[in-house]
Amino acid sequence: MPVRKVMKANEAAAWAARLAKPKVIAAFPITPSTLVPEKISEFVANGELDAEFIKVESEHSAISACVGASAAGVRTFTATASQGLALMHEILFIAAGMRLPIVVAVGNRSLSAPINIWNDWQDSISERDTGWLQFYAENNQEALDLILIAFKVAEDERVLLPAMVGFDAFILTHTVEPVEIPDQEAVDEFLGEYVPKHAYLDPAKPITQGTLAFPAHYMEARYTVWEANENAKKVIDEVFAEFEKRFGRKYQKIEEYRTDDAEIILVTMGSLAGTVKEYVDHLREKGVKVGAAKLTVYRPFPTEEVRELAKKAKVLALLEKNVTFSVGGALFQDFSRALINESEKPRIVDFILGLGGRDVTFRDLDEVMDISKRALAGEEFDEVNWIGLRKEVL
Amino acid sequence: MAESPFKADIERVQKEYSEKMTPGAIAKIPGSSVVNKTGSWRVFMPDFNRDKCVRCYLCYIYCPEPAIYLDEENYPTFDYDYCKGCGICANECPVDAIVMVRESK
Repeated sequence: MPVRKVMKANEAAAWAARLAKPKVIAAFPITPSTLVPEKISEFVANGELDAEFIKVESEHSAISACVGASAAGVRTFTATASQGLALMHEILFIAAGMRLPIVVAVGNRSLSAPINIWNDWQDSISERDTGWLQFYAENNQEALDLILIAFKVAEDERVLLPAMVGFDAFILTHTVEPVEIPDQEAVDEFLGEYVPKHAYLDPAKPITQGTLAFPAHYMEARYTVWEANENAKKVIDEVFAEFEKRFGRKYQKIEEYRTDDAEIILVTMGSLAGTVKEYVDHLREKGVKVGAAKLTVYRPFPTEEVRELAKKAKVLALLEKNVTFSVGGALFQDFSRALINESEKPRIVDFILGLGGRDVTFRDLDEVMDISKRALAGEEFDEVNWIGLRKEVL
Repeated sequence: MAESPFKADIERVQKEYSEKMTPGAIAKIPGSSVVNKTGSWRVFMPDFNRDKCVRCYLCYIYCPEPAIYLDEENYPTFDYDYCKGCGICANECPVDAIVMVRESK
């Protein structure tokens, strides 16, 4: 029987790792994800998880050790956040290029300077071009489930790409919630033993991994990463369906909430989706036609689903905890790209809010709605809006 | 040009690599260095004057690639698939039988 326990998202991630039974975990502690390797090292020390826990001297080494272990042919896992993920940047490309299905739990945190340990998505959003798959969890249960799903998708023969699962710093990483821990047998059946398809070291069958590619081959190698990302779209749907069948929890690339007759749809990711859904309920009581949508999968970008979503609304308000300079937020860029050739498209308004752990309150969302309503009425509006900005200190 | 002594290896590896790109661009069998022709890096190429050559083989010994073989009459011959145009052979040649010239593409 599945057990319900109260735990932090960090513990949920460690539990997901325990259930997935990786053979190698290499990690370096960084706030707010420190508790993940801490808990895993406990599991290993207690003999509850049969794995090699490698204590390394930096995140660059952590992911490098994971690349080495994965290339040798075992399931690997690590956790990091913020500057740690940024330090991994170089190796993230290598992991994707070598098509190694490593899974990383990311406690989404802002980037320095100024140093700030609280939540936004700038760390993993900055890594969106590495070729990694990206999932964002709304709550602790999703953090656990999405890590299991990430392993299954990453290791699929049609994908073979590393994946990161983001959960918001402190809002989730250090917040205690009831989480259902699935049965080990059920997870074993769902994930299966990891059998490396291409990358494994065998003296009887020598291969060269991470080799040099001349201009004649490099472009094709990059294209296969692109192709694997495209394949992942279908595989993710299949894995979501299988997960629902086995564990009863439903996931979608874009989860919609009360969008049926909505004129304005508030689109967001991660834990902010919870706040937004409650806000939508609050407005619906007043008769406002508003809905919410949450991206569970950010890479590969769910272009088809975005186009479907766009047909339902007159205004899409994107709520983002990241900044892409000269653009606004990364979602704004992705949504614009997805809809640019559509004949009928909603107005897209971008909102940057909650950076560096600033609370996003109903009052902030009221401001979002004011601007969105202006866009709906066809009045002039700014495409990019910084919400909750303390203009008096500027 | 004399036939490359690696001909069999080249054909074996080329056959293997004519198949589809492997996931992660893995080199499935050893010997890929033979098919990755490095001659395209060259700017200067050695121009060999057979009449001046005294067959001392210094070029043959010093070629770091090695892209110089001996033909049937034991004269050096250059494999331009792998010659990077470093000019060491021309520098070592005591009788100026090798001159580096800019390669026109």
